[in-house]
Amino acid sequence: MSSFSVTETSARAKWISGTLVILYALITMIPLVWIMLTGFKSPADSISYPPKVVFEPTLEGYVNLFTTRTRQTQEYLEANPPQNWADEIVRQYDMVIVGPSKFGQRFMNSVIIGFGSTFLSIFLGTLAAYAFSRFRIPLADDLLFFILSTRMMPPIAVAIPIFLMFRNLGLSDTHLGMILLYTAVNISLAVWLLKGFIDEIPREYEEAALIDGYTRFQAFYKVVLPQAATGIASTAIFCLIFAWNEYAFAVLLTSATAQTAPPFIPTIIGIGGLDWPAVAAGATIFLLPVMVFTILLRKHLLRGITFGAVRK
Amino acid sequence: MAEVVLEGVSKRFGDTEAVRDMSMVIPDGAFVVLLGPTGAGKTTTLRLISGLEKLDAGRIKIGGRDVGNETPAQRDVAMVFQQYSLYPHMSVRDNLAFPLRSPILKTPEAEVARKVAEIAEILQIPHKLDNKATELSGGEMQRVSIGRALVRDPAIYLMDEPLSSLDAKLRADLRIELKRIQGDLGSTLLYVTHDQIEAMTMATHVGVLQEGELVQFGTPREVYENPQSVYVASRLGQPRINILPSELFGGAHKGPQIGLRPEHIRQGDGVEARIIRAEHLGDQTRLHLELQGYSVTTLTDPHTDYAPDTILKISPQDPLYFDAAGARIF
Repeated sequence: MSSFSVTETSARAKWISGTLVILYALITMIPLVWIMLTGFKSPADSISYPPKVVFEPTLEGYVNLFTTRTRQTQEYLEANPPQNWADEIVRQYDMVIVGPSKFGQRFMNSVIIGFGSTFLSIFLGTLAAYAFSRFRIPLADDLLFFILSTRMMPPIAVAIPIFLMFRNLGLSDTHLGMILLYTAVNISLAVWLLKGFIDEIPREYEEAALIDGYTRFQAFYKVVLPQAATGIASTAIFCLIFAWNEYAFAVLLTSATAQTAPPFIPTIIGIGGLDWPAVAAGATIFLLPVMVFTILLRKHLLRGITFGAVRK
Repeated sequence: MAEVVLEGVSKRFGDTEAVRDMSMVIPDGAFVVLLGPTGAGKTTTLRLISGLEKLDAGRIKIGGRDVGNETPAQRDVAMVFQQYSLYPHMSVRDNLAFPLRSPILKTPEAEVARKVAEIAEILQIPHKLDNKATELSGGEMQRVSIGRALVRDPAIYLMDEPLSSLDAKLRADLRIELKRIQGDLGSTLLYVTHDQIEAMTMATHVGVLQEGELVQFGTPREVYENPQSVYVASRLGQPRINILPSELFGGAHKGPQIGLRPEHIRQGDGVEARIIRAEHLGDQTRLHLELQGYSVTTLTDPHTDYAPDTILKISPQDPLYFDAAGARIF
């Protein structure tokens, strides 16, 4: 692919760079590992000093994350033996499980809003990028700059106007409102990244399809889309990561119905004392989808990051 | 198959006039070759006929129908691109079947399979049908893209230097094959090239393009024997025609510049020229001469040896005369 050649690195240089990379990876992974371990600690272990690296694992944090519990009298506890392993865990504090917590529903909100806005960003972004890439659009460069310029300030700078707008439009605390908001933030990234990927696909393919008897739109989805798949995948991950992790707007604009996981997880601290294992369990589960996605698509993602830096 | 007519066709890209006021009739069943150097407007002409570019002026008729406002799909043309034309995410088989499966043709699958097999046989690629398009050599790719045009039976085939990326042997084979297929099917074909051998061997008609203008149109023989300008004369013939000041040969002449095809130089009498070099090509020998500071190329008997610096007398035979600007006078 690349036309330039790089001199072969020596074994020693490889060894040194390898060590540095592993060291860096270990350092950056410590908080992540710490969170995951804390999720399996008992509350006492989670705040012990010095911190425990070896400890007896328990699912207490996960049980607390997914349930609401109340303290009960000794008579009640004796009259109602524990039903399952989760009950056993909470019994040690003389508590019983009275129902599910809100975490499941908040997590689902994150899924709906995260994937919904990613889908919408990619859908609109692909069509816009294709148009910018292929058609002669008046003032195309200015429009592209305008689209990019929406990224030049931190989105939270317009928090108050958006808050007021959402209230007047009835979008506050709705899934639709959050999907639209995250799409608006992500669309500029999607258009620019996807335009780059589509620019790389030679026009001759579509022209051949047009002559072969297909319409412009059919040529687009039969010939361009399959070839843009890797670009679309990597763009989708970037959009998903943003929408999934977004905290500030979620705090400001959502509460009872459409609240996503990021603003919810810290509130666990307030339910029945400082329950760090439950918070850590929430954070771990919250991390998983994006982690799995990123690992599955890491090859495309890398191409997305280095995109533009490498000339073919 | 159909007749294709261009009437006063023009196309400009920004400041460059790619095609200027071009008129041409491509008769039904003709094999027309457009000849010209890079930038002469050959590819643009194809793209205008196919509908990939919009006309600035003029009309294009395919089978008597004005196609100015039709999409490429509606025009019923097949095109072979110079490069990049195979769909990389599809197999060879799907590439060949792609035009047949279009919403316009909607060929039944049994028919698709039959036609694809037939074309694969002609192009000698049946064993490659299940390969991915990207797993082919350059020659195979180009054969598949020619095949993708040939599976159809369009009003006209448009080919943009389809053989230019192939090696000499394959090029010669496909040239004959293409001519045979065109003859068998009786198809109308417009073929763009800068290779004069392709033009001379395959064409029923040759059109010579110069800076977006069609400067001459006729049978290969007409264009070769009766060129209208130095430019046209230089496009056909190998070795190239010698263009010299007429007074070099003395006597009466009919214009300031004389054009001598290598085979139109008589040896034995006339003005003296010095032999620089003789090239023995087997079937012929090319003699490179120097005539009062001008270089002249001629052909000679393959069995004679010529020592450098020998003096040879030459005189024109059936010369062509051009004016100072290069236009044909006689």
